[in-house]
Amino acid sequence: MIRFEKVTKRLGSRNVLDEIDLEIQPGETYVICGPSGMGKSVTLRHMVRLLTPDAGRVLVDNECVSESRGRDLERIRARFGVLFQSGALLQWLSVAENVALPLRERTHKSEEEIEHLVREKLRLVELEDAYDKQPADLSGGMRKRVALARAIVTQPEIILYDEPTSGLDPVTSRTIDTLIDNLRRELKVTSVVVTHDLHSALAIGTRIAMLYYGKVVEVATPEAFIASDNEIVRGFLEAQYITRRGAWEGQGKA
Amino acid sequence: MLLEATFYVPLMFSKRSRHEVLHQLYVTGVKSLGVITVVALFTGMILALQTGLGLRRFGLQVNIGTAVAVTMLREMGPFMCALIIAASVGSAIAAQVGTMTVSEEISALEIMSINPIRFLVMPRLVALAIMMPVLTVFTNILGIVGGAVVGSTQLGVSMQAYFDNAQLYAENKDLYVGLLKAFVFGVVIATTACHQGLSATEGAVGVGQATRRTVIISFLTILVLGYMLTRVFYR
Repeated sequence: MIRFEKVTKRLGSRNVLDEIDLEIQPGETYVICGPSGMGKSVTLRHMVRLLTPDAGRVLVDNECVSESRGRDLERIRARFGVLFQSGALLQWLSVAENVALPLRERTHKSEEEIEHLVREKLRLVELEDAYDKQPADLSGGMRKRVALARAIVTQPEIILYDEPTSGLDPVTSRTIDTLIDNLRRELKVTSVVVTHDLHSALAIGTRIAMLYYGKVVEVATPEAFIASDNEIVRGFLEAQYITRRGAWEGQGKA
Repeated sequence: MLLEATFYVPLMFSKRSRHEVLHQLYVTGVKSLGVITVVALFTGMILALQTGLGLRRFGLQVNIGTAVAVTMLREMGPFMCALIIAASVGSAIAAQVGTMTVSEEISALEIMSINPIRFLVMPRLVALAIMMPVLTVFTNILGIVGGAVVGSTQLGVSMQAYFDNAQLYAENKDLYVGLLKAFVFGVVIATTACHQGLSATEGAVGVGQATRRTVIISFLTILVLGYMLTRVFYR
């Protein structure tokens, strides 16, 4: 569904992505993990052409995103919902107005339909009570859930999550993980999650890729990832107290 | 960016943009009235006092009506108004748009296929292009009234004599050229502020730099364009 072909991206004097190849299948939750500054968010941004590669191509169902412009790019982007690291809610709009924004701007739905959809998505992220609140009145976790409601309100086929649990307490992080997993099951969406939180990656991922200095050093299922012999993967796992014998017990994947 | 924003101006009354345009008109116009009132009154009072004291030596202080009216209409009205709006509204626009840029809100708009130029720049451009001439008229009136107060209380020029003298030499052209300047300054401030905001990088420091650059570039452009427009219309 999404394919990276020898994608290279240079930012400043450093190759952030170095000829990486990725292939993400429909319906899976593909987690890209790795330490900070290794190119995870840069990879994600290439999928919706917020960045363009210096070399190589990014394809979505054989359409080259990195060369698309105008209406073609809009059509491709309409297939995506993106949850940004900061949530990226517009601060002067209420929660409901934020979630309704893509519907009001990009569709011809009536106000009744929009309100119905907004309430439905807010209920899905368990925030129906926040309908009239301002983003500034919400906690970090609530803001991310509102942003998630906005990302899914147009019913995209692919959802990109940029560090969905960063800066959140463990309980809220697991709530977000459950939401991501539920969306995959209920809406049958393809998800790409960028995170450095391996507990989260192992809980929600159907496949996990590890980026290290612009290179993909491992792609594996959670079970295979946890048993990997790759030294970089092992170091990353152990840094988060995850051993082969498992300090972690994963959720079953349907 | 200016051309693209101009392309979207016909959409200003559309259902999607109307609310934001009205909000920006309110922010630019109504919320600036307080500071503009003080600055306009004192500009007129200073003009009247300085010219009046000079002219009194020759017994010509009755001419302060013309001096204040013509100077306010041609230059000081649009100029002072533009400086205030650049420093208050322009910097606020740069800070807001800059914060949106560094906190990924602009990227979020792009992903939702919402054009930031139509969504953010056009309403601010329209608001400043409309409100600058309106505020300039307000500044002109208050400046001239301020001059009249100083004339009658400190220079011995009656209100009647002041306004008669002001009408004697001030022309419609002075008003129109001043309003044209105000319109141009409004476009300059909106374009500079939005451009700087959308170009902001590197977090809070970048937003601060964008705000600072907006004020400096706007001030310099207003000065240079003010001179050039005067040169074109008063040869």
